[in-house]
Amino acid sequence: MNKTESVPKGNPEIYLDSLDNLWFQVAGTLCNIKCEHCFISCSPVNHNFEFMKFEQVNGFLEESVKRGVKEYYFTGGEPFMNKDIFRILERTIQLGPATVLTNGMLVTPEKAEMLKGISESSIYSLELRVSIDGYTEEMNDSIRGEGVFKKAMEGVKKLVDNNFLPIITVTKTWEESQDDEVLNGFIDTLKSHGYPRPRLKILPSIKIGQEAVRTKGYDNYEYVTNEMLEDFDENNFICANSRVATAKGVYVCPILIDSPDANLGNTLEEASTGYKLKHQACYTCYLFGAICSNYSSVGRDA
Amino acid sequence: MLKKIALIGGVYSNHLALQATVDDAKKRGVDAIYCLGDLGAFGPNPDKIFPILIDNKIPVVQGNYDNSIGNGLDDCQCGYTDPRDNYFAKLSYDYTFKKTNAVFKLWMKFLPKEIRFELGNYKVLLCHGSPRRMNEFLWETTTPTHFLGKLCADYKADVICATHTGIHWNRKLTGEKYFVNVGVIGRPENDGNTFVGYTILEIENDSVKSEYIPVNYDHELLAKEMKEEKLPEQFIETILTGWWTTCLEVLPMKERIKGKY
Repeated sequence: MNKTESVPKGNPEIYLDSLDNLWFQVAGTLCNIKCEHCFISCSPVNHNFEFMKFEQVNGFLEESVKRGVKEYYFTGGEPFMNKDIFRILERTIQLGPATVLTNGMLVTPEKAEMLKGISESSIYSLELRVSIDGYTEEMNDSIRGEGVFKKAMEGVKKLVDNNFLPIITVTKTWEESQDDEVLNGFIDTLKSHGYPRPRLKILPSIKIGQEAVRTKGYDNYEYVTNEMLEDFDENNFICANSRVATAKGVYVCPILIDSPDANLGNTLEEASTGYKLKHQACYTCYLFGAICSNYSSVGRDA
Repeated sequence: MLKKIALIGGVYSNHLALQATVDDAKKRGVDAIYCLGDLGAFGPNPDKIFPILIDNKIPVVQGNYDNSIGNGLDDCQCGYTDPRDNYFAKLSYDYTFKKTNAVFKLWMKFLPKEIRFELGNYKVLLCHGSPRRMNEFLWETTTPTHFLGKLCADYKADVICATHTGIHWNRKLTGEKYFVNVGVIGRPENDGNTFVGYTILEIENDSVKSEYIPVNYDHELLAKEMKEEKLPEQFIETILTGWWTTCLEVLPMKERIKGKY
């Protein structure tokens, strides 16, 4: 078959069922490292999205209460580069559970202790998701950069020492047949680095941004079509239950912020419109479902 | 008019705890007993649950496990991704499916997804996970008050009662609305105690009072029966020690850290 013939003509549209998860691109696209597989190509010099200020975040938080948002997520870039992050978390956790996606490298003993204080100030959960992409220095640093493994593991230890059970978030860059070896490798490594009860979350790679450069990107047939949605629970798409607030407005999901059509407005209300699944990254969301949220929020239609 | 009711969460084939709970609730003079679903899983001989529910005329809300068993699905719809959790979940599901008789399965298939009634002047909604999704986890540390308020408004209820997570909690919301996770009687709450528990809802001075009632039962006898049925040692350990050993990945951090594993 000619590859171009398989590209669909119409794209299915997904409507916001309920705004359960509110994401914040709190560090924009600024990061202290530059990973080979980053789907929005974050780096120390990528100013495409700037840091969000406390006041900006707080405005969305207030709007979110009226809409009954269930969980708050903070990502970037690296959230701990943003000096407002502690004030933001202090405020957020009074309203609901918060999760921070971090590389763990900037977690100093003082910061870990501050996080512990914030966590203990509320009944709600403060989760730290630390990205580590290999259970050895060699495997991780080939993707995330030299010296990253050691610093990330140190960050994990500091969090564990302060009563956190960080979720180690791993992007899958290995073959299916190596699953057991890699998972056991992670568990053993984390235990030997002072984390006796490791929690792991494995993510599929999103083949856009830097990851499209690292791999061959998506094949031409990898789109979501109307036919594929027959008997499919649309709530598996993050756009059916989430939005991401950024310094430049509200986008449909954290994956697609580099796509101008994914900017849906300046308020959560404006961004509550439907969205057409025209991007190939949507195919990954279709295949794996609920990839961005924590496990505790999973609940598909039964 | 109903004024005092007993709410029983996940039974997980624990027929000894179910009988002890029903006996306890009757002694306390409740007007009615309801069950919020997940009849099978984890424990031994699932068919022993059925006569206790029928003989005591206990209305039951369909849980995800009942939906799966009733409809002959491949798994329990808990949504685990961890290979170890999935291994134990499948083992338990396959055992329960094989050991549940056809009549009980058909009965489970047609259980309602919600039950509504009035307690005093309060509109009560019983569901399994949440009013919108049977298998949604509503944990104390990940469920904001404003979210629960929206559920009450969307589903036109003053009191929403659910189970599914395995750990009880409750919260008074704004405007005389309430959310109650009634707990489960199938296994202890991951706190090192071997008792299980249910919830009594009662109207007191025009307010809703929610009380969690611990239930001691012959857990050693249950463990013996589980052993005879060749159920995994890990499940038996939970019954004997009160610590969860499997299906831990869905726990939020603050719930997880209280446990041993």
